[in-house]
Amino acid sequence: MSQAETARRASPLWTLGLFRSELLTTFRRWRTLALLGVLAAVPVLVGIAVRIETGDGSAAGGGGGEGPAFISQVTNNGLFLVFTALAATLPFFLPMAVGVVAGDAVAGEANAGTLRYLLVAPAGRSRLLLTKYATVIAFCLVATLVVAVSALAVGALLFPLGDLTTISGTRIGFAEGLARALLIALVVAASLTGVAALGLFVSTLTNSGIAAMATTVGLLITVQILDQIPQLSALHPYFFSHYWLSFADLMREPVYWEDLTKNLGLQALYAAVFGSAAWARFTAKDITA
Amino acid sequence: MAPYASDDMTTAGEADEPRAGRRRAARYVVPVTVMGVAAATIGLVPAIADSGDPDLPEITAAQLIEKIAKSDVEQLSGTVKITTDLGLPNLGGLESGLASGAVERGEGGSPADPSAKLTELASGTHTLRVAADGPDRQKVSLLEDAAEYSLIHNGKDVWGYDSRSNEVYHGTVDETGGDRGKQPPATPKDFAEEILKSVDDTTSVTVDGTAQVAGRDAYKLVVEPKQSGSTVGAISIAVDHRTGLPLKFTLTPASGGTAVVDVGFTRVSFDRPAASTFDFTPPKGAKVTEDGEPGHGREHSGKPGEAPQAPKSEEDLAKGLGGLTMLGEGWNSVATFDTGGQGLPTGEAGGDLGGFLGSLGDQVKGEFGKGTVFSTRLVNALITEDGKVYVGTVTKDALVKAADEGK
Repeated sequence: MSQAETARRASPLWTLGLFRSELLTTFRRWRTLALLGVLAAVPVLVGIAVRIETGDGSAAGGGGGEGPAFISQVTNNGLFLVFTALAATLPFFLPMAVGVVAGDAVAGEANAGTLRYLLVAPAGRSRLLLTKYATVIAFCLVATLVVAVSALAVGALLFPLGDLTTISGTRIGFAEGLARALLIALVVAASLTGVAALGLFVSTLTNSGIAAMATTVGLLITVQILDQIPQLSALHPYFFSHYWLSFADLMREPVYWEDLTKNLGLQALYAAVFGSAAWARFTAKDITA
Repeated sequence: MAPYASDDMTTAGEADEPRAGRRRAARYVVPVTVMGVAAATIGLVPAIADSGDPDLPEITAAQLIEKIAKSDVEQLSGTVKITTDLGLPNLGGLESGLASGAVERGEGGSPADPSAKLTELASGTHTLRVAADGPDRQKVSLLEDAAEYSLIHNGKDVWGYDSRSNEVYHGTVDETGGDRGKQPPATPKDFAEEILKSVDDTTSVTVDGTAQVAGRDAYKLVVEPKQSGSTVGAISIAVDHRTGLPLKFTLTPASGGTAVVDVGFTRVSFDRPAASTFDFTPPKGAKVTEDGEPGHGREHSGKPGEAPQAPKSEEDLAKGLGGLTMLGEGWNSVATFDTGGQGLPTGEAGGDLGGFLGSLGDQVKGEFGKGTVFSTRLVNALITEDGKVYVGTVTKDALVKAADEGK
């Protein structure tokens, strides 16, 4: 008991130190860097593809509006590549990367036999779990920003920049466009917090990192498929991926907040439910590895 | 927290097993509680927000209709939700793709053409944004997934912008014109006006209490056909008590069930919308289709910039279609015309195709001969063997009766 008390008194700095070391461990992993590299490559591929396709002056996406959202506007304004890249990666690449990192968070440590050493340090399980979740959230943000920044760089290189037309047909300046792009990146990162919490919960259930990652990504795919089945439309508003593409509503003028707030509320709900479930599991679990 | 803190550090001993088990189980109360609270909030908040019908002074139906007629709201902006369920086969998410795809490819027109978009509103739920500032400046936007279709009327220009394909449609109208009829009916007001035009002695109009629509207090006007035989059950129009603007329009079929058409504001403001709302310059690189250009090739392009619209009344419709005559009166009127062709053979006579078409409809017999009735939730159509067509918002029996009388 007294040991725990000491731990709590020394807490703020200790937690920060724990968080910093967790961040370093996560971002120094080759696996994490490879994931970020793949994410950064997506906008490059999309940008080059659009550039080649429209080299002869034809409209992107065949002019019929196919392909990821915003793709037909990319040729006129490179900033739209940010939105296109986020729309292209959000359904699968981004959450998959988050699922890998989140699934690995606890189960990976258990798998490698390092979890008990982490718990020997006077941090407490709740705090360790919170730190793990904070690290995964940080990864969500970094992954989204990697996509956005890579898209912006490619967009600036291959296409003109300047004032842009919102999807409502009104014009906004480039500075406001950039601000909206940043806001969209933040919303996309926030959209991933639900998956992150789900992955963390799965991660506390097993001692195998691979199993946790596979389960999280499998759940992600299952939910995406169920979200496409019209007969289940009554359940759709409760799927964490249902409102993901609502980030595009930030490009309307005036901004249409209804789905955006629904999305953020839903992510908060998932984070609360699965976060507390992960806590309930992790703090009561026998750590044998 | 405190009782559990020791668990953070130690593994439960053998002797504590049952107690520890209970404690472990107790922790799951937290996520379950969170879920329960969330479920309760989702369930209860709409119930609490629905704070009952507002208290408004009594008003007669005639006064309310006058209020609608006098309503001169020139500046507004808001969000409109439109749900249509005509009982046509549900194509799910395919319908917009099919509809716009067919128009685009088939006729070489622009997806930014207003008529290409109107078909999308015919089924499912859609969200529109409307803004108006005087008779010269209006905007209607159809919100789509990560895209938007905007129809902007500013002075003499009419712009259609489809952000998904980045294509622009441009037409012009006389600056003096500028009546709202130039737009497709989108707001509850447009629908209400169409209905109130047809009010006559075959119609009962009553005020049915009050309701709250888009956060505003409103009277409910109920329009019902007096005659039996119509497929229209009732039309309910919620009218803003202050401005007289119809806020919600609901058409329920006589057969019951969900509304066939439900159009209502979910948010409305009577402030002047920002001027930039109506400014439109085609974005760089967007393909612009001028109205009346070759390749546009649609019949309605007679008047520049005129969006297709619902026929003003049955008379207009009758004028539009040669040889069309109206049978009956009021709600039970049935339009009929002679295709001059062979008509539709009924089941046994028509071979494979006839059998297939026949299976979509019901075979009927009467004094007029034999025919097939095709039904939706609102409109029924009878095609006889000798090529006559009867169409109306009446029941199958009323349709047969009208055909018998018309013989």
